[in-house]
Formats: sequence, structure tokens, C-alpha cells
Amino acid sequence: MDLLQAIVAHYNHWIIIFLMVSGLYIVVARGNMIKKLVGLGLFQTSVYLLYLSPGKILGGTPPIISAQFSVYSNPLPHVLILTAIVVGVATLALGLALVVRINEAFGTIEEDEIFAGEEDE
Amino acid sequence: MISANLPALQVVLPLLGAVVCAFLQRGVYAWGVALIVTATMPFVAAGLLIQVMDGGPISYALGGWAPPVGIEYRVDVVNAFLLLLVSLIGAIIMPYAKASVEKEIPADRQAWFYAIYLLCLCGLLGMAITGDAFNVFVFMEVSSLAAYALIAMGRDRRALLAAYQYLIMGTIGATFYVIGVGLLYSMTGTLNMADMASRLGGIESSRAVLAAMAFLTVGISLKLALFPLHVWLPNAYAYAPSIATVFLAATATKVAVYLLLRYFFTVLGTVFAQQSLPIAEIVMLLSLAAMFGASIVAVFQENVKRMLAYSSVAQIGYITLGIALVNQSGLTGGIVHLFNHALMKGALFMAIGAVFYQIGSVRLADLAGIGKRMPITMGAFALAGLSIIGVPGTVGFISKWYLVLGALEHGWWWLAFLIVASSLISVVYIGRLVEVIWFKPVSAAAKRAKEPPLSMLLPTLLLVAATLYFGFDTSATAGIAAMAADWLLVGAR
Repeated sequence: MDLLQAIVAHYNHWIIIFLMVSGLYIVVARGNMIKKLVGLGLFQTSVYLLYLSPGKILGGTPPIISAQFSVYSNPLPHVLILTAIVVGVATLALGLALVVRINEAFGTIEEDEIFAGEEDE
Repeated sequence: MISANLPALQVVLPLLGAVVCAFLQRGVYAWGVALIVTATMPFVAAGLLIQVMDGGPISYALGGWAPPVGIEYRVDVVNAFLLLLVSLIGAIIMPYAKASVEKEIPADRQAWFYAIYLLCLCGLLGMAITGDAFNVFVFMEVSSLAAYALIAMGRDRRALLAAYQYLIMGTIGATFYVIGVGLLYSMTGTLNMADMASRLGGIESSRAVLAAMAFLTVGISLKLALFPLHVWLPNAYAYAPSIATVFLAATATKVAVYLLLRYFFTVLGTVFAQQSLPIAEIVMLLSLAAMFGASIVAVFQENVKRMLAYSSVAQIGYITLGIALVNQSGLTGGIVHLFNHALMKGALFMAIGAVFYQIGSVRLADLAGIGKRMPITMGAFALAGLSIIGVPGTVGFISKWYLVLGALEHGWWWLAFLIVASSLISVVYIGRLVEVIWFKPVSAAAKRAKEPPLSMLLPTLLLVAATLYFGFDTSATAGIAAMAADWLLVGAR
């Protein structure tokens, strides 16, 4: 029973781990370059949750100083993750731009087809 | 006034330079701006190193926000040495860049090339100088995104594939790093590295901290291309424009190695010393695998840039081996090899870049007999190659000498033997290169070759001269590396 409670109490961690592992799996298992980037995005998003979920304190209010409240949520993770989101968007944009160029140069975005074509040369 | 703000200048100048370059549409103007910016960087870095050697670590509160709340730039002997290395390489490349970039990059993209080059430099310097764990991630991504773009500018269409692969692997590495930092942050409530180290006292063996250490090690190892996480590197180096290869080979992996040092010895020093995870043993095994595996693969390469890239993976193995030895001599060897490898690999890739400039190919078959057409460049190439092998009188010997000393201090004769044995493999691939270049009949492609312009020749010769000079006079490099090793080992106790 205690074990079950421990598992349920950390439900945010289970979600994070599920997203993290499925994202990483897509990156490794898929040959389509766009799908790989989707997996990469999922993987990065799980990390946003890893930062954000411990920042919320039960019963805490937004961090604006006031005499009525004494418990505040932690604002720092949000700031960090805003930065990380910007980085993630930039990475995704560059990745997609590269995929467009690869499609122009090779005529496909499937990794196995490209590598099969390369071996013939 | 200026001397107090040197840490900020180190990062801000290349950043501003990149913006200016992006606005100037003409490649020549952008080159001029990049030349000025990169030429000032070594002076800034030297100023910092002198201040640190005189007066101890510098703490610079960015924007006036005092650490640990604000972002702190923290300079000590270790990263001042690294800043100087990266700035010097960044500056020496620039005169060489003009001719090479004009040949390899389309005219309308040259200004962008210099802008991205400066952004990459900015990111690398920022990673080295900052004392804030999350700030490292931001700069890591600045430098990495710039590096992907630099590689994608290669002429060969396979450069695009190499850049894409590097983007996937690099982003996974950076995300692992962020996971590690996130776990440490939730355990300590701080992002300042020094503050983090002090707050980890008492919870060194908690599972979250150990998981953080594992994530950080894997993430950073991806960035520094520790065997077997190196698969992105050979293609990236082989197909990138010559300048990008020289720059990334000489600096990017080195900054990642510094990050590993910083985490193993400063931030997680107590965790590392406690040895609840056998990290040092794992790193040592992987380093040995790199020294042998990558060297053997290098022997069979037909593309010379790929061969040198595999040799880089092997040489990184020597650096991480020095870290894994965790004693004064071993660490000195590792840190001095950071510097030495940057010099010799920079020189080798510059010489090959000059070949590519002249004959448009880096295939081994096309290089046959080219030594007779480009004796100065290829002479420089051979000397830098001797340094990779570790012949006495070159810097490569100094690094290996300290590594062997470090192994013997542990009483590990077998390790000393393995270090020497792995050098013998580099004799094979360097020997193969030298044989083809000097003793084969001149190939059709090599007939067209002549010495490159002086602007390309002089930087190459300068780096080769440095590999010889620092092979005799080790007081500057090995001296500072020994100071840095002392400084790191204090943190690990």
C-alpha cells in the first residue's frame, strides 16, 4: 500500500519519464528525419516538466510579496524554462531547415534511402 | 575600468561582432570585423590570465546582480588557460580564413559565415567563463547551433547530413546536461556552481545527485565525443568547410572537456571523490577504447580529413584518460594535452585545408606526391604529424610524458605500456600519410598544386612552430597546466 502511495504521489515524475523515454525512442527508432525531430521535441519538453513541476509548492501563491501570503511558488524554474523553450525552438527551426536542404539535395528524408544511395557512389 | 570588465568583454565582443557581420552584406567587410574582434580576444584572455595568476580567482557579477542570485562569471587558472587557448586559435585562423572562405563559400553567404563563426566563438568562450550551471547550457546551445550551421555550409551535400546528425546527437547531449542540472537544482536550490558544490555537502550519495552525475557525464561526453559517443564527429569534420573544421577540431571539444573537469572536480568534487559511482574507471576504459579503436579506424580511412577526425577521437581519449587518472601528473597531462592537441590538430587541418584550396580534394589517392609540389605546407604537416605520434621535441611528447608519469604514480605499469602502444598505431596512419605525400609518384590532381598564398601558409607555420617551441620550453604550458591541476584537485578533496 505504501509503495502504491509512493508511486501515485510522484505521478508527475512518471509522466516526465514516460515522455522522456518515448521521445528518445522515437529519435533512435525512426528513420524519417521529421519524425526524429518530433521525438527530439518530445524529449526536450519532458525536461521542461522536470523543471516546472517541483517549482509548484502546494498551497503556494504566485511569487508577489504580500502580507496575506507566506507561501510562494518558485518562479525561477519558469524563467529557466522560458530560455530553454527559446533554445528548443531555435534547434527545431535549424533542424527543419536542414531537413529542407537535405530533401533538395538528396530527394528524400528517409535515412535508410539516403544511406543506401550513398553506398552506390 | 576596462581591466575590471574583461570577463564581460570576452563574451560581449564576439557577440556584437557577429551582429555587425550579419548586417554587412559584403564578405570582405565582415572578414575585417571578424579579424579585429578575434585579434582583440587573446589580449582580453591574456589580461584575465595575468590577473588570475597574480590575484586569485575573479568573480564578476553580470549586470551588477551579486552571486549566487545573479549570473556570475568566474575565472580561475583552469578556465583562464582555456579562454586564452580558444581566443588564440580563433585569432590565428582569421588571416587564413579569407582565401579559404572565398574559395569554399558562395559570395552571398560569406558575411553570414563570419557572423556564425563569431557566434560560435562567443558560445565557446561563454561556456568557459560562466560560473552558472544553466548559463552554461545557453552558451552551449549558442555554440552548438552555430557549429551545426558552419558544418552545413560545406560544399559536399553530405555536409548537410553530417550537420543533421550532429544536431540530433548534440541536442540529446545538451538535454542530458539540462536534466543533470535540473536534478542538482532541485536538490540544492541554486544554479551557481560554487554555491552548488558547497550545498551538496551531506547529500553526496543521494540517488538524485548520483543520477545527476550520470546524466551530466553522458551529456558532456556526447559533446566532447568520448568513444563510443563520437559517431557525429568524423563526418562533421570531414565535410565541413576547412575553416570550420580547423576551428571546431581545435576548440569545440576542448571546451566540453573543460566542462567535464569543472563538474568532476569543482561542482561534484565531493561526489566524485566518494566514488559511489565508478565514473573514473568507466571514463578510463572508454578513453582506452578511444585511443585504440579510433586510431585503428583512422588507419583505414581514404579521406584525409576523416582520418584526422578519427585521430581527434583518439586524442580526446588521451585527454579524458588524464582526467580519469585523478592525480596531479595525470591531470597536468590531460590539461596540457588540451592545449597541445589544439595546436597540432589545428596545424594539420590547416595544412589539409591548404591542399583542398589548391586541388579541391582531400582523398588520399589525390594527395600522392604532393609533397614535391607543396614542400613547405607538407613539411609543416609532417612535423605536426610527428607531434601526434608524440616524438620527443614536440608537444605531443610532453602530454604523453605526463600521462605516463600519472599512470606510474598509481603503479599501473600496464597503463603506461598501453599509452605507448597506442602511440604506435598513430605511427601507422601518420606514416601512411607521409609515405603517400612524399614518396609516391605525383598524381594527376597533385600536379596542379603549388604553395598556398602567404595568408594561409603563415598561420599554419605559426601553429607548427608553436608545437615545436612548447615541446622544448614547457614552463608556460605545463607550468600553467600543473597549477590548474592543483587547483582542481583541491576542489575534489
